Amino acid sequence: MANTANLEAHATGHDQASHDHHTPTGWRRWVYSTNHKDIGIMYLVFSIVAGVIGGLLSGAMRMELQEPGIQIFHGLAAMSYGLEGDAALDAGKHMFNVFVSAHALIMVFFTVMPATMGGFANYFAPLMIGAPDTAFPRINNVAFWLLPPALLLTVMSMFFEGPAGALGFGGGWTAYPPLSTTGHPGPATDFVIFSLHVAGVSSILGAINLITTILNMRAPGMTLHKMPLFAWSVLVTAFLLLLALPVLAGAITMMLTDRNFGTTFFNPDGGGDPVLYQHLFWFFGHPEVYIMILPGFGIVSHIVATFSRKPVFGYMAMAYAMVAIGFVGFVVWAHHMYTTGLSLDVQRYFVAATMVIAVPTGVKIFSWIATMWGGSITFRIPMLWAIGFIFLFTVGGVTGVVLANAGADRALHDTYYVVAHFHYVLSLGAVFSIFAGWYYWYPKMFGYMYNEFLGKLHFWVMFAGVNLIFFPQHFLGLAGMPRRYIDYPDAFALWNRVSSIGYYVTFVAMIIFFYATWEASRKKRPAGDNPWGDGATTLEWTLSSPPPFHQFSTLPKIESKDAH
Amino acid sequence: MVTGQFFRKMGAVSAAAMALVPAMASAQEVGRGHPEPGQFHLQESVTPIMDSIVAFHDGILMWTITLIVLFVLALLVVIVVRFNAKANPVPARFTHNTLIEVVWTVVPILILVVIAIPSFGVLSDQMTVPDGERKYLGANIFSLGEVEVPEASVTIKASGEQWYWNYEYVDQGVAFDSNILSEEEIAELKPGQPRLLAVNNELVVPVDTTVRLQVTSSPTGVIHAFAVPSFGIKVDAVPGRLNETWFNARETGIYYGQCSELCGKDHAYMPIAVRVVSAEEYEAFITAFAESRNYAEAAALLPAL
Repeated sequence: MANTANLEAHATGHDQASHDHHTPTGWRRWVYSTNHKDIGIMYLVFSIVAGVIGGLLSGAMRMELQEPGIQIFHGLAAMSYGLEGDAALDAGKHMFNVFVSAHALIMVFFTVMPATMGGFANYFAPLMIGAPDTAFPRINNVAFWLLPPALLLTVMSMFFEGPAGALGFGGGWTAYPPLSTTGHPGPATDFVIFSLHVAGVSSILGAINLITTILNMRAPGMTLHKMPLFAWSVLVTAFLLLLALPVLAGAITMMLTDRNFGTTFFNPDGGGDPVLYQHLFWFFGHPEVYIMILPGFGIVSHIVATFSRKPVFGYMAMAYAMVAIGFVGFVVWAHHMYTTGLSLDVQRYFVAATMVIAVPTGVKIFSWIATMWGGSITFRIPMLWAIGFIFLFTVGGVTGVVLANAGADRALHDTYYVVAHFHYVLSLGAVFSIFAGWYYWYPKMFGYMYNEFLGKLHFWVMFAGVNLIFFPQHFLGLAGMPRRYIDYPDAFALWNRVSSIGYYVTFVAMIIFFYATWEASRKKRPAGDNPWGDGATTLEWTLSSPPPFHQFSTLPKIESKDAH
Repeated sequence: MVTGQFFRKMGAVSAAAMALVPAMASAQEVGRGHPEPGQFHLQESVTPIMDSIVAFHDGILMWTITLIVLFVLALLVVIVVRFNAKANPVPARFTHNTLIEVVWTVVPILILVVIAIPSFGVLSDQMTVPDGERKYLGANIFSLGEVEVPEASVTIKASGEQWYWNYEYVDQGVAFDSNILSEEEIAELKPGQPRLLAVNNELVVPVDTTVRLQVTSSPTGVIHAFAVPSFGIKVDAVPGRLNETWFNARETGIYYGQCSELCGKDHAYMPIAVRVVSAEEYEAFITAFAESRNYAEAAALLPAL
């Protein structure tokens, strides 16, 4: 491989110190960064900032839903727009929908995806495969710097006119037309569309970079079948991004032209079909949920193996289960649309196809358990998050099997049961895997150790909090409470109250998280190259903590079969 | 180890809580046609379709998923107890076991097949409007169909508007709007009816009669969804499309539902209320309504609520 030979020649010609004078400093180091580790850190910081915004939005929603009636949104609207009486009430009702929409968009596109595919994938996929950087470092820079403007566009959309006389886009993250076209004539929706275009370009560029890196820049001897599972998860996820996002881009472009240039793709008046948009959206949207969770699968595999001091059980099955989930994830999209009027045969197909996904997912759950089985487990902070992930993802997974059945989904579609389900797999599943990765790799990224007690406290408070939020929502859904409601019949009061209390507990957990992060940065307890012991076998643990600005000037040779 | 003990305690508590769910569900008194305070279960059924959904969910799905979660939880508890570093200082090195891998691939497939058989039956019933011949599953979802349902004899078109419902009796060609009542209006007009569910004009249908329900939305409007939980129906109201479903309610009373697709600021304020009355009462109502085209006048013929 010419590329490799060149790098090796370069490495033998210069020692490490001679690279250091190239190291940029100050703002140039970050803004102009082509360094995968610096870009990874920027993604993580970005994700935390966006997560705080998205989390505060949901806080307003949970406060509103704490009791029947409208408590805070008419006041928020009165404060923001200077309205009074019924006008404030109407503005408040719309504002709630705006918060629902912005919360979802921010959490999906600007919190979870930047954390996993931006932060951890950028930082650790190259380290794990023994590469000096990603394949296209400048594309990497562009991909990151597209995200802040995209987030800004989504946030800005909340301050522009949506429906006549009201501010912000309140059509949900799914943005179904006609509500998002004729229902929102103002520019707020165009801001959201543009935001998604920009975020989509960012993700596609990031995906191209990661696919090329993983396929071409693995260290000598590291075949695909010796590659660590996190790199596998990133590879599969990057392909999902590459194939799914253009479909979203197409759908929202059609929506844009419907809105602004008189086309009628989704407008029945002109022979279009609102349901066509839903097919296109979910052809992207369903793979999107796997995009959010697959990197978490990879992270959890490493953590489980590390702290069990035992190699991953069923490596090949684990890798190909992710490939299978990614593949099948593309052919199940209409299970989000059972009530739209799909024919019986179409619904039968989507029921069958959707239930198939339970099989590779089950393989993963049981393989993690088998990895721990017989292990010598230390319950350090990352391991708690990983075990929490396995349990919570199982709960979210089995309610997915319930919803897969169109016959049962008839009762549960668009209720809080669905909200509970996808928050168990995403807000608890994906987010727990992100925290697992954060605590696992924090010593590597920053060179310091966390306070063990604070990290564990964060875990337990958060575990209690999120379960308190989302478990009662199953009950609300079964009893029939629809989603995206600012107010509900009094019968739903009890579980909504419990759910809101759960939010406050989770809020405390997040304060502990920020305090723990601050504490770790103040105390500066050196982590050493490998704080986790002989269970941590991937290449990043062979480097210093934090790793040198440029690593693997001499490419590592992979001979051991235990590389994963 | 402290963590281990905590895990064990948490495990025991959540196991007990989860195990109670299906058992408690059948013990809980569930109100008919509307949710009850603190309800954690599906609403009570009054149609063959909802019978089959309840049987499918409570009888199969709920038990299956509860047992799976408890099984995974039990394995995690065993791992925490037996394979912590203190109890097991030397880790095993195995990484493969073909037999167990085949088992945990094949057993879930078998479980899914067991779920899929009634699932397809329940779904087919929902999607097939009765012709008088076809037998429906009802609560016995493993049967080949044993509930007789008469052919549809009333056709109603429900149209979602921003933000209320318009109902048309298609055979008579008469229609009316159904709007939410405010708390003050409830106190004045329909005391005792639930907030956010009570409407001024309920959709009136006869008991023990198959109703063909066509659902659409205003051509220039947005998508809504028509749902009545105790009937087991939920259909999107899409501009430019006419979706169809059916129900056959066996008990008189008022059955509430709510719009189930985000439709704008008053999404939470366009409830659905179906009043199921006796055949004679319906006859009197629909005759008067067809003649006078005045809903209030016709509804006045119905017994007071």
